[in-house]
Amino acid sequence: MSIRVTIVGGGIVGASIARVLSRYENLKVHIIEKMSDVGWGVSKANTALIHGGYDDDPQKYPLRASLCVKGNRLWQKWVKDLEIPHVWSGALIIALQNEDIKHLSTLLERGIRNGVPEMRLVEKEELQALQPGIASEATGALYVPTVGQIASPRATVAIIENAVKNGVKIHLETEVQGIKVSDGEVKGIQTPRGFMESDVVINAAGLYADEISRMVGLDYFTLRPRKGEYLIYRHGIPGPTRVLFPTPTPKSKGIIVTTEVGGHLMIGPNAQDMERDEKDNLATTEEGLKEVLQGARKLWPGIPDRGVIRTFAGLRPEPPNGDFIIRAEEVWGFINVAGIRSPGLTSAPAIGYFVRDILRRDLGLKLVPKRRWYPRRRDITRIAAIPDAQRDRKIRARSEYGQVICRCNHITKGEILDAVERMKYINVKTPSIDSVKFRTGATSGECQGSFCMVRIAMLLAQEYGVPLWNVTLKGPGSELGIGDINSLRREKK
Amino acid sequence: MIYDVVVIGGGPAGLAAAIKAHEEGGKVLILEQAEYLGGILQQCIHPGFGIHYLGEDLTGPEFASLFIEKVRSLNIPYILSAHVMKIEIMLPLAKKIQLIAPKGTKDIETKAIVYTAGAREKHGFEIGITGDRVSGIYTAGEAQSLMDLYGVMPGKRVLIVGSGDVGLIMARRLSLEGARVVGVVELMPYPGGLARNLVILRDFNIPLYLSHRVLEVHGRGRVERVKMARVNSKGKTIPGTERWIECDTLLISAGLVPDVRVLESLGIRIDPSTGGPVVNEFLETTAPGVFVAGNSLVINDLVDYAVEQGERAGMQAVRYAKNGGLPSMNWIPVEKGGNVRCVIPHYINGENEVILYLRARKPVKDATLVTGKKMHKIPVVTPAEMLRVKIKKEDITRPFKVEVSP
Ligand SMILES: Cc1cc2nc3c(=O)[nH]c(=O)nc-3n(C[C@H](O)[C@H](O)[C@H](O)COP(=O)(O)OP(=O)(O)OC[C@H]3O[C@@H](n4cnc5c(N)ncnc54)[C@H](O)[C@@H]3O)c2cc1C
Ligand SMILES: Cc1cc2nc3c(=O)[nH]c(=O)nc-3n(C[C@H](O)[C@H](O)[C@H](O)COP(=O)(O)OP(=O)(O)OC[C@H]3O[C@@H](n4cnc5c(N)ncnc54)[C@H](O)[C@@H]3O)c2cc1C
Repeated sequence: MSIRVTIVGGGIVGASIARVLSRYENLKVHIIEKMSDVGWGVSKANTALIHGGYDDDPQKYPLRASLCVKGNRLWQKWVKDLEIPHVWSGALIIALQNEDIKHLSTLLERGIRNGVPEMRLVEKEELQALQPGIASEATGALYVPTVGQIASPRATVAIIENAVKNGVKIHLETEVQGIKVSDGEVKGIQTPRGFMESDVVINAAGLYADEISRMVGLDYFTLRPRKGEYLIYRHGIPGPTRVLFPTPTPKSKGIIVTTEVGGHLMIGPNAQDMERDEKDNLATTEEGLKEVLQGARKLWPGIPDRGVIRTFAGLRPEPPNGDFIIRAEEVWGFINVAGIRSPGLTSAPAIGYFVRDILRRDLGLKLVPKRRWYPRRRDITRIAAIPDAQRDRKIRARSEYGQVICRCNHITKGEILDAVERMKYINVKTPSIDSVKFRTGATSGECQGSFCMVRIAMLLAQEYGVPLWNVTLKGPGSELGIGDINSLRREKK
Repeated sequence: MIYDVVVIGGGPAGLAAAIKAHEEGGKVLILEQAEYLGGILQQCIHPGFGIHYLGEDLTGPEFASLFIEKVRSLNIPYILSAHVMKIEIMLPLAKKIQLIAPKGTKDIETKAIVYTAGAREKHGFEIGITGDRVSGIYTAGEAQSLMDLYGVMPGKRVLIVGSGDVGLIMARRLSLEGARVVGVVELMPYPGGLARNLVILRDFNIPLYLSHRVLEVHGRGRVERVKMARVNSKGKTIPGTERWIECDTLLISAGLVPDVRVLESLGIRIDPSTGGPVVNEFLETTAPGVFVAGNSLVINDLVDYAVEQGERAGMQAVRYAKNGGLPSMNWIPVEKGGNVRCVIPHYINGENEVILYLRARKPVKDATLVTGKKMHKIPVVTPAEMLRVKIKKEDITRPFKVEVSP
């Protein structure tokens, strides 16, 4: 008999759980996501680091400590199998003062306890060689070669595509409004599109996981949003070759300096606690950005005043005690995967396996592996990144691959059409610029779309068969226009 | 096939360069990123083009078509939808341009390059606007192409950032289509546009907020309101003057920046005051045999100047190709004196008549432009209007300084 599993939330965590569960014959897995594409919650706006795992105190945060290290190992396989853009640059945690060095030794010891490989302390001289351009005040560092970076919204897309290939069903623009429980068991979820029966409900709703939990009467935790802001710089402004961290404080890992996967210098985040009802406040602030710049310059003094091409903010879902809440609750079939703050992106694949083990161990389910499961997913071919001969062949086969639309990142019309195909593959209903951006990188360069955004919108309109003004920036409510050019004059008549 | 000159960018500057280079006997190729030649002129359907160069007042597309027809009649080859991925300088007389185009990838070899790829618009992030990243924030160019190319009305209540000509023209365009332009916000204490365009504000009853800055956008899916504040003479926000304006659209018309990414990757020196490359009077950059003209060199208000620069660059590029380089010179740096924001070229040689293009920092009435030992009286100087002066050979001094004084 097959078991119906519903995952609430199509972020990196929900996606990873779905991929792991898609290996089993007797599970029918559904993902329910309220937004119009996957990966647009916390998983969209973060630092995108695959952390080493030295930072999480195993006494205070046992889940974080163990899942982060495991997650890092798993990502090294997942990025290859799923063709997720990544760089494994390693990180340097920098000491600027003498007492920082002591703190770094503590981190080293903690890393050793957590099973982080290859860490070591480096002295000033080697540090300057490992990272030319670093602040001259830097007196030493902890070097963590296993720290990596991935393109995080693209990672969610990649995992979901693979999960869908392996039979997972995805329901976008569908908000979970209630969960039916009777006789102490989960029965299904209520959405505006109707009731969906379910034997198991996995709550991976990011910032809103406390609200989902309350739907089954469990209110023992609340999540507080904590904002982090970032700045991204144009190409040509040099970033470090490794991820630079300051020595961490108890509250956060601090403002980091990195060259992100796309090759731009990126700095951030700060940490600003918000009110509980501000889970949709993603606004950047002048003060916050200033704080980030000041912090980053302590490590990387060469950051100029000009050259910012984008700023953004993300919200961390902070659990009350700091650790992830991942467990089968007393309501049978309800599993909380809540408070997945940093290092949640890193931990996500490991959380997937952890949840599978909960199904086996705590719910006593017998999972039957599929005879045929597809581990691989192919990315959209990056025309600019492939060897000349291969590129030439692609273009000769389809001339759209020879028509560059996004000038800054060299993205072709063919790649944008591929992205639209991928959107349709996972049932994206509302065409949006962000869906294309998070599959191709188009509009994310120096001009921020001023050359190409309208042309991409036109392609979306054609492919979805909607008028251009109904194409959105990021889902319903963000339409690019209010109607045709005569609409206001008609209204006035 | 090895070209003498490859022109990158088929706008007015590039077309003028190609025609000139061809006329001087060069083997020329034009590469254009868009599906058509003509550059931004094709989207400027208003008149005002060619008054100096032709003595005629044409629309953008009309002006462009003169050049396009000439290119065709001279059989100068061009490739459309040609995207330059990379340029490599292999030898002084061998430059490799790597292309992506609908017919495949291609490596093109040339002795000299004229780079005329135009400019890009500044966007909201670059001018420090914070808050929500929502729909309804457009650059002027985006709004223009939505309206004029695709027939889409972007919004109902529009706040415009920047009182330059582009912002003002868009204010009129939006008003005529029935939108309410709730204001034009200008950082400077004076408007940026030409007098003939400032009339638009009166015609449509649009408030102009001088010495103001847009700080922040608020909205959920779409812009709902925008915060602005007064700034002091240093451009810093004056606390307590913040206020919110209700609107659904924020139009950014904060100026253009030369599109020089390809040049930067060659290590060519950039002048922060123009955003374009440092050039000598032949319009040659710090990379031998790479010349620049038009909006990639400096933002030109008038197409006439872009064309003039294009012709010069085209001519010198052929000379470079034919002679294996341009003669070595003991260059005289052009120094910026009082009230000069930027000046082109950066180096002159004193052996020829030379044309200077410059912009002042602040408006001045009854100004005197001093170039070397020569004085030129100019009734009104404003930063909005680029000055163009011809300097005779005998008026060139060493050192050579340029300044605008009252
Ligand atoms: C500033 C910042 C920096 C970070 N940096 C890092 C880092 O460098 N490395 C790292 O490992 N981690 C980092 N993290 C943490 C990491 O981003 C998160 O742990 C991770 O993205 C959480 O993923 P998620 O799937 O749990 O949440 P989300 O991505 O938010 O997914 C939850 C989904 O549930 C949906 N949803 C919510 N309510 C409902 C409902 N009622 N019905 C249907 N759907 C619903 C949401 O729309 C959302 O898509 C950072 C976080 C922040 C904010
Ligand atoms: C809204 C507006 C109104 C104006 N009004 C007037 C007016 O009334 N009168 C007047 O005289 N002037 C006016 N101007 C100014 C005038 O149009 C410009 O000075 C002139 O067009 C600049 O020409 P250009 O050739 O340098 O650049 P562009 O016209 O921008 O041409 C550059 C070309 O290069 C191409 N290109 C870019 N990158 C690449 C690449 N990597 N490879 C290949 N090709 C590339 C582009 O597609 C484009 O076709 C106006 C400008 C604007 C923006």
